[in-house]
Amino acid sequence: MSEISEEKIQSVRNDFPILSRTIYGKPLVYFDNAATTQKPNIVIDAISNYYRNDNANVHRGVHYLSQQATGAFEDVRKKVATFVNACNPNEIIFTRGATEAINLVACSYCEPFLNAGDEIIISVLEHHSNIVPWQVACERKGAFLKVIPITPEGDLDIIVFEELLNDRTKMVAVSHISNTLGTINPVAEIVEMAHKKGVPVFVDGAQGLSHGPVDVQELDCDFYAFSAHKMYGPMGIGGLYGKTSWLEKMQPYQLGGEMIDRVTFEKTTYNEIPYKFEAGTPNVADVMGFGAAIDYLNELGWDFIMAQENDLLSYATAQLQAVEGVKIIGTAQNKAAIISFLIEGIHFFDAGTIMDHLGIAVRTGSHCTQPLMDILGINGTLRASMAFYNTRQEVDKLVEAIHRVKTLFA
Amino acid sequence: MTIKETTNLIINEFNQFDDWMDKYNYLIEMGRSVPLIDDTQKTDANLITGCQSRVWLSSEYKDGLIYFTADSDAVITKGIAYLLIRVFSGHTPVEIVEAETTFLDLIGLKEHLSPTRSNGLLSMVKQIKLYAFAYQVKEKNS
Ligand SMILES: Cc1ncc(COP(=O)(O)O)c(C=O)c1O
Repeated sequence: MSEISEEKIQSVRNDFPILSRTIYGKPLVYFDNAATTQKPNIVIDAISNYYRNDNANVHRGVHYLSQQATGAFEDVRKKVATFVNACNPNEIIFTRGATEAINLVACSYCEPFLNAGDEIIISVLEHHSNIVPWQVACERKGAFLKVIPITPEGDLDIIVFEELLNDRTKMVAVSHISNTLGTINPVAEIVEMAHKKGVPVFVDGAQGLSHGPVDVQELDCDFYAFSAHKMYGPMGIGGLYGKTSWLEKMQPYQLGGEMIDRVTFEKTTYNEIPYKFEAGTPNVADVMGFGAAIDYLNELGWDFIMAQENDLLSYATAQLQAVEGVKIIGTAQNKAAIISFLIEGIHFFDAGTIMDHLGIAVRTGSHCTQPLMDILGINGTLRASMAFYNTRQEVDKLVEAIHRVKTLFA
Repeated sequence: MTIKETTNLIINEFNQFDDWMDKYNYLIEMGRSVPLIDDTQKTDANLITGCQSRVWLSSEYKDGLIYFTADSDAVITKGIAYLLIRVFSGHTPVEIVEAETTFLDLIGLKEHLSPTRSNGLLSMVKQIKLYAFAYQVKEKNS
């Protein structure tokens, strides 16, 4: 039995209205949390409350509402900074999400710092969002993309990484947690190795921040990107942590209002960080929702979240392994509650379609990691990605569904 | 049989089943009867893009009529391909170009018609229509 009481989980589930809906007449089993997590009431309320009572543009007005909105907006910046333990709230830039944060660095860092013949190191595990921006930056500059391979279990091959690092390396960009295999990468170790060679490290934390605490100072990474929608917050908002020393040296990303200091037709000077990277009216309402999500996570506490997710991971791993013909793809020692698997002789699309009809939302396909699929020699997987509001009973339903799928396609 | 008649026949076949599971079972059965595309025809050109499973669809034009063959690595997709082939194979380009294609809605497999990228249905219908359109143009010009 899990140490966490069913009452506790039920009370947490009650915070998420969508979890009580049905799909095709069956209770929803939501196992697609790596794609996006569901939203608790306080997040939904924060957004609607903002529009109902507090809406005004930020950083612009002397009037009461604008000042109030600005204060609340900047409070969330502080909240995010504390959440990841940044030295300074100015090191938090709001973006649309992890993808925009990656693009921001791939443009604003690479433009001044990447030259012909230089190299950027990524890994085989990366999401397309953490591949394509670097790939295009390399193409533009005549630089080269180097890729850290994985072991058969799905761990990064750190020995090869060390060999790849050299004087031409200008950036190491790796994910904190693989969205496909669930591998938790040894980011602190990677940072230490890269820093020895004077190379900055960008961490794609899209999956990282929802499964456990992140301390950017302890990790000592130079950048850390995240998406609120994978942290029980709203879609369309996320952010980038960047060390002040880098952010100050980087070029602006987009140009326009807010990010300027002084504009004349001859010349424009830019605002200081973080505003230099936040052109235009920001997504204030979703920043409010993001703030509420962080409050929610703080209130729940990582102890509960991690205990519940670890329990689900080990329970689901054992249950799935016990089903004949099920093969788990990705068996790293250090894993988050994300399980990719295949059912022997059955296409993942067929299996996923039937599971959907049973009310079970799993993701099928390549999970935006096509190069990883190529390396693994498969076209895709079924992926069950779990969150603290999932239950062992839901895992049992998944296993039951696999048995039905096997019977149907036998 | 006209396209409309085959369509109605298929709708009736599926309407025998109340349970969605039986509908899928039937679809899976049908997948086994699909006129299989020749392995040499499993080329990139015949691969339908935009679906999670790989689907190949090939056409042949004989005596004014178009005949289709297909295959897929997913069984459900293969069944859907067969439904489409039953409906469209053996018809003239004009008949195919002008045909309505809403019958999958009616048999209760609507989610396969939703324009998501995960299923190949829309792409298959589009490809069938494109083949027909190409033969139509060719015919006019000859
Ligand atoms: C590891 C990883 N990186 C980046 C992203 C992109 O995140 P977003 O689409 O929220 O920008 C995702 C989302 O699936 C992800 O899992």
